[in-house]
Amino acid sequence: MYVYDEHDRQMVAERVAQFRDQTQRALAGELAEDEFLPLRLQNGLYVQRLAPMLRICVPYGMLRSVQLRRLARITRDYDKGYAHFTTRQNVQLNWPALEDVPDILAELAEVEMHANQTSGNCIRNTTTDQFAGVQSDEITDPRPYCEIIRQWSTFHPEFAFLPRKFKVAVNASEQTDRAAIRLHDIGLQIVRNDAGDLGFRVHVGGGLGRTPMVAPVIREFLPELDLLTYLEAILRVYNRYGRRDNKFKARIKILVKALTPQGFAEKVEAEWAHIRDSPTRLTPEAIQRIQAYFTEPAYGELDNASDLLAQQRFENRAFDQWLQHNVDTHKKPGYAIVSLTMKKTGTPPGDVTDKQLEQIADLADEFSFGEVRVTHQQNVVLADVRQDRLLELWQLLGPMGFGTANLNTLTDIICCPGGDFCALANAKSIPVAEAIQRRFDNLDFLYDLGEINLNISGCMNACGHHHVGSIGVLGVDKKGQEFYQISLGGSSQHDASIGKILGPSFARDEMPDVIAKIIDVYVNKRTAEETFLDTYRRVGIDPFKERVYA
Amino acid sequence: MPDIIFRDGTVHQNQWVVVPRPDAGESLDIPENRRALIPADLWLAGREHFVGKAHIGVWFDSHDEPEILAGHVNELPVIAVNFPKFSDGRGYSIARLLRERFGYDNELRAIGDVLLDQLQFMKRCGFDTYELRPDKDIRKAAGALNFFSQGYQAATDTDLPLFRRRAS
Ligand code: HEM
Ligand code: SF4
Repeated sequence: MYVYDEHDRQMVAERVAQFRDQTQRALAGELAEDEFLPLRLQNGLYVQRLAPMLRICVPYGMLRSVQLRRLARITRDYDKGYAHFTTRQNVQLNWPALEDVPDILAELAEVEMHANQTSGNCIRNTTTDQFAGVQSDEITDPRPYCEIIRQWSTFHPEFAFLPRKFKVAVNASEQTDRAAIRLHDIGLQIVRNDAGDLGFRVHVGGGLGRTPMVAPVIREFLPELDLLTYLEAILRVYNRYGRRDNKFKARIKILVKALTPQGFAEKVEAEWAHIRDSPTRLTPEAIQRIQAYFTEPAYGELDNASDLLAQQRFENRAFDQWLQHNVDTHKKPGYAIVSLTMKKTGTPPGDVTDKQLEQIADLADEFSFGEVRVTHQQNVVLADVRQDRLLELWQLLGPMGFGTANLNTLTDIICCPGGDFCALANAKSIPVAEAIQRRFDNLDFLYDLGEINLNISGCMNACGHHHVGSIGVLGVDKKGQEFYQISLGGSSQHDASIGKILGPSFARDEMPDVIAKIIDVYVNKRTAEETFLDTYRRVGIDPFKERVYA
Repeated sequence: MPDIIFRDGTVHQNQWVVVPRPDAGESLDIPENRRALIPADLWLAGREHFVGKAHIGVWFDSHDEPEILAGHVNELPVIAVNFPKFSDGRGYSIARLLRERFGYDNELRAIGDVLLDQLQFMKRCGFDTYELRPDKDIRKAAGALNFFSQGYQAATDTDLPLFRRRAS
């Protein structure tokens, strides 16, 4: 994992001092509210329904145990003792006081953390696959490139006031895309060309929100060393030509659409031609230097513990289920990737208490070289667990509330904070998630349904990724009443697609029944191998419509 | 006229007036005996007349294309870029293009909604004088220009991004 050197440390310390000064000037009335607004947003602070919220950056989702413990302490000392894992791999505090934020940032800086550019019209946290570096099918570890992008985008002097927010995601696996890259402003797929050289396929102009779009490819192969100059060219074109007259049309996806992907690509290439050999061009040494931070931990030379696990599974059915669903194959023999689900029924998805943060830190130290990853599904991953200790780990997880063996099932719901916390909400989202989790509490039934993503957003802004859920739920306002619109067939994977709206919306108390009917149609129509998405794509939306609105 | 800040943080008397774009049908109203910044496209249209005049400079608005002056930039003593609203970031790209693409060497000035917290970004993008909005405390400008002692990126102020400095 990346470790700060004196340069990073100095810049983060200066940033804290700068924000302290800005906060004081704001409180003293020297900065008008609209002048302070982008400054505080770029420090992660935005004001919500009940209180300010502070979004803390977790670069590409990686956290060390000391950082988790510090977060726990901060939630205790400055907040109400809990935090929220977001869909962008960050951590959010719901109740900090404005005056305390500079102190919170100073505490974060001590453990190499910050809240830079987690909000505002700037380049946000770069995200990636939570299994980066430990899965066997990736072309190379994407995290060094994320870190390189993090450094380049941090306090970039030209791009601090873009037309709108800007998000970059990187993926390195050819089979899976856990980073949802095609739904980002820039999605980078690491590839090798025919000559075997490493590079990126560049997608630009994806996004959710009120105009969801899947990002088209604007360049099939970008050589590795050209990464930053090419990003700079894209950003410059966007900074100059992205719309600034209408907030809802300001994302880069609108510009790409207006110019057509081809026209946009031409503009980028023309800009890039001027700067591709500028000092911003990466060097092999610079990349190697960052890669050196992401070396393997001190793995033991182990064999797969197949026999042991087989016996343990045989003796313990619940362990067997957990292993099947929440544990993934590791590239290293004898190790496994474990996902802790933050989806216990009755707890808002992604919410963790200070005590749980400390428990996760302890688990990381005991089982996974002191590191964890936050996922965009709002879960937490222990990436390097010895197979012969899985049972021991599993036994600890149940009481802590992280052992629900529902990963990637219908109840592993992605859910935004919604009307309980968010001023923009049309409707609450958390109670809907809970009602659905209560309705589908039979694990065997969930396993039988296989992989289904149910995503809930409280409004068009789509923080809960409803457009890309196999089943998406969107809160809408109907004459002051909270209603929910359903869409089907979304995906954020390599085959990314935007879900299609089923029809008129429903009241909250109808939701579990409606979901049950949709599931029913799938169960009746599917063939033996089909996932929900496969069936939907084969039979189309009509059978679902007929059943739900019968 | 409000004072002007130099990139070293010192404060100087402003010598230049910004001449607004004339309404349709009106002609440019360049004041007598004053140094004047006129809209860049109008300078270009009357270049024969203006070129070589040390008391005439130009200004760009944030939606203007600096490309129109390619090849001519160093005929100008001052180029200003307007920030109609501080949150309109196009001026930063315009500045870098003028410096890095078109090789502009003379004074590059930020005008309009110029506040304290953006000064260092402006400096890094190649601006070397700043007309701070008059209600802002000009004594705080020197500090704001140097809040960060270094940056990660190459920009107009340095050819050495941090990854190149780390290597050496
Ligand atoms: C509670 C207060 C929140 C507010 C006011 C808020 C506001 C917004 C807005 C306005 C957008 C749409 C921007 C656009 O598309 O132009 C957005 C998008 C998004 N938000 Fe939030 N958000 C909040 C909380 C969260 C939380 C807690 C998460 C993580 C769980 C989150 C994750 C996202 C994501 C992933 C998107 C991206 C959709 C896209 O790519 O367009 N937001 N948010
Ligand atoms: S989707 Fe809407 S309601 Fe939910 S957090 Fe985002 S802005 Fe708030």
